[in-house]
Amino acid sequence: MIPIYSYSRSVAQVSSRFARFKSTLVVAEHNNESLSAITQNALSAAKKIGDDISILVAGTKCGPVVEALSKAQGVKRIIVAEDKAFEGFVAENLTPLILNTQKQYNFTHILAGATAFGKSVLPRVAAKLDVSPVTDVVGIKSEDTFIRSIYAGNAIQTLTATDPVKVLTVRGTSFEAEKLEGGSVPSEPAPAGDYNANLTTFVSQTLSKSDRPELTSAKVVISGGRGMKSGDNFKLLYALADKLNAAVGASRAAVDAGFVPNDLQVGQTGKIVAPDLYVAVGISGAIQHLAGMKDSKTIVAINKDPDAPIFQVADYGLVADLFKAVPELTEKL
Amino acid sequence: MARILVGVKRVIDYAVKIRVKPDKTGVVTDGVKHSMNPFDEIAVEEAVRLKEKKIASEIIAVSCGPAQSQDVIRTALAMGVDKGIHVEVSGKEYETLQPIHVSKILAKIAQNEKCDMVILGKQAIDDDANQTAQMTAAVLDWPQAVFASKIEKGENEITVTREIDGGLETIKCKLPAVISADLRLNEPRYATLPNIMKAKKKPITKTTPKDLGVDVAPRIKIVSVEDPPVRQAGVILPDVDALVAKLKEGGHVP
Repeated sequence: MIPIYSYSRSVAQVSSRFARFKSTLVVAEHNNESLSAITQNALSAAKKIGDDISILVAGTKCGPVVEALSKAQGVKRIIVAEDKAFEGFVAENLTPLILNTQKQYNFTHILAGATAFGKSVLPRVAAKLDVSPVTDVVGIKSEDTFIRSIYAGNAIQTLTATDPVKVLTVRGTSFEAEKLEGGSVPSEPAPAGDYNANLTTFVSQTLSKSDRPELTSAKVVISGGRGMKSGDNFKLLYALADKLNAAVGASRAAVDAGFVPNDLQVGQTGKIVAPDLYVAVGISGAIQHLAGMKDSKTIVAINKDPDAPIFQVADYGLVADLFKAVPELTEKL
Repeated sequence: MARILVGVKRVIDYAVKIRVKPDKTGVVTDGVKHSMNPFDEIAVEEAVRLKEKKIASEIIAVSCGPAQSQDVIRTALAMGVDKGIHVEVSGKEYETLQPIHVSKILAKIAQNEKCDMVILGKQAIDDDANQTAQMTAAVLDWPQAVFASKIEKGENEITVTREIDGGLETIKCKLPAVISADLRLNEPRYATLPNIMKAKKKPITKTTPKDLGVDVAPRIKIVSVEDPPVRQAGVILPDVDALVAKLKEGGHVP
């Protein structure tokens, strides 16, 4: 009797101790003024791994972001690194910071949102740790088994990472946004060091200004393709977007033709969106575009070509001339 | 003048609708059209343009993979690359070959060949990993200029415009450096028939990860590869009024 009892107890102890050993570092993304929304999605992904969560905030001005994150629930600590070296969030300077932080706390998981920022920094960190990172995770089955899409979303791969430290970027649209309220997370300084690697210098940024919701987190997205014919005609979409409080996106064809800037591109190599409503206007529906929007709850397609592949994924299709249908739709809403 | 290394990957052609194997171990690759990863074409094109501007002296193309990977090296040679290196990895090993392995291989070759710049595509359209350039830079301890849409070479540095989420960003990197090409860096040229013929005479050396001292032991286990959930068929609506009604029904508009 006794051996069996102690056996099962020791198993329970081992497994609970094992669970306690899981600890995750979430690398926050921000612009020195406000937190990027995807960090909240990354936090909820981290909670699927375990409840020992730390957040790293690095930048030239961390105050406002630390304050916002301190309200998060179930987070152990915020590690703050404010230094001139982090201007422009260059990967060469952030990497030694993350490595030093890792040395001090020994995380089992290091995680960030799968954005231009996360995708540029985390693989560099992983290589330095000699582990294989996992990009754009859409599901977490267990602490070491992750789901991601390959071939432009045409296949879903489940993989088990065998490296001791898991370095992951997570797809924002696949995880709920963690609410930042009610908590009070203590913050502490990051390990000190000279983090200017002197390899890359940030020069400048040209950001597209928009009063509309941000593309990747908007509830409604309206995208235009080659069928829009010119950048000027996108004002038809902006008018409709204003009615629906929507973000405006575009296909690669529309970006390549110079109608709109590249940061509006939805697709395999642009942004991945999954809004409640996605309206594709004058978009044929190439595999590469579908990769960026086919997880939307409801898809509407407006295209004059009845054979356009977009109709195969659309819940509601309208075979019509967009230059008539879009103004009519705007008017009737 | 700079010596440039470009990485080229043989992938299933971007226009092919892929099929998942019935046993869920991967996707069907036999008898399927393959070609050079589109982002790598852009990387090769940029290297060739740098040579045409007399900024680069020699361009070397590397591909890791089975024997057929030589086809994409030939394509690169036909576009203007000077010589090729084929790092042969096949069978089981190729199934679990990942950016971590490729980056170590590329770093080793960049050092052996005394390269000043490594230009890679931003991501391969098969694994969609978007890691190799960043990891190669890390292994070499070189700066990284990823998602580049414009490259200007200075004395001992490059000024690169990058495509970021909110727009564009400009950075300066010391040379040597690793660059990853985004879609809008350039428009790749087509290989002309005479150049394809000439490319047959250009050298391709063969090597293996073992020769380069790189361990390609798997870091992941593939549990399964499955089809994505299929969307239910939708309906074609007769007019805008019907669409407005459906949007109201769905609660998308008041």
